[in-house]
Amino acid sequence: MVSAAQRKHLVGAHYGLADWLAQRLTAVLMILYTLFALGIVLWHGGLDHATWRALFDDHVFRIATFLFMVSLAYHAWVGMRNIAMDYVKPIAVRLPLQTAFIALLVAYLGWTIGVLWG
Amino acid sequence: MSTPPRIARARPVYLDLPRIRQPIPAITSILHRISGAILFIVGVPALLWGVQASLESPETYEAFRAFMARPLVKLGSLVLVWAFLHHLLAGLRHLFMDVHVGLDLRPARQTATAVTLAALLLTLAVAIRIW
Repeated sequence: MVSAAQRKHLVGAHYGLADWLAQRLTAVLMILYTLFALGIVLWHGGLDHATWRALFDDHVFRIATFLFMVSLAYHAWVGMRNIAMDYVKPIAVRLPLQTAFIALLVAYLGWTIGVLWG
Repeated sequence: MSTPPRIARARPVYLDLPRIRQPIPAITSILHRISGAILFIVGVPALLWGVQASLESPETYEAFRAFMARPLVKLGSLVLVWAFLHHLLAGLRHLFMDVHVGLDLRPARQTATAVTLAALLLTLAVAIRIW
């Protein structure tokens, strides 16, 4: 008996499937949050500053919003990395670009924490 | 046995994307990427800034509303609305295709057309609503 790995010479870093799946899961989470947030706004029948402020003072909504942004960061990382891998061939450009994507996403997360708990 | 003679003819040696007439699923797909990149570079910081400005105080909330009412800002936000809608709808289409719904050529073309048009029409509806 030969194992699948012996029969077929497998190459690559093997993060592809995990990232592919994570991109789908984070997409579903973001859709659920969007429906949830939209539902709250519609349930209030529109917005004013007091309801808006009260919504963001709620701990459950804050955590849900933070999880949304974490999902977004992972989702956007996979997407932007794929774009860079497909269209930006020179490594000397691609790596700094991908580093900039990560830096931007970490900055977005820091900003989110500032907005939610600052 | 001799190999058949090779006929010299002009064949594309690489895929020159702008010269290929893209089918509708390809257009939907590239717009999915473009809309995603727009959301990442402009959409997310705009959203964070907007939430921050509107939460700070009743005064900044009203100032934010006034800012959003400017014609140029409305026009710019419509680009983001389209990017969000197209990315959402084309993404849902991808999720269905992942579970093997609508994979054949005909439904794939039909849903690509439907998704691309729906995003544009919904953006138009938002435009009418805010003007």
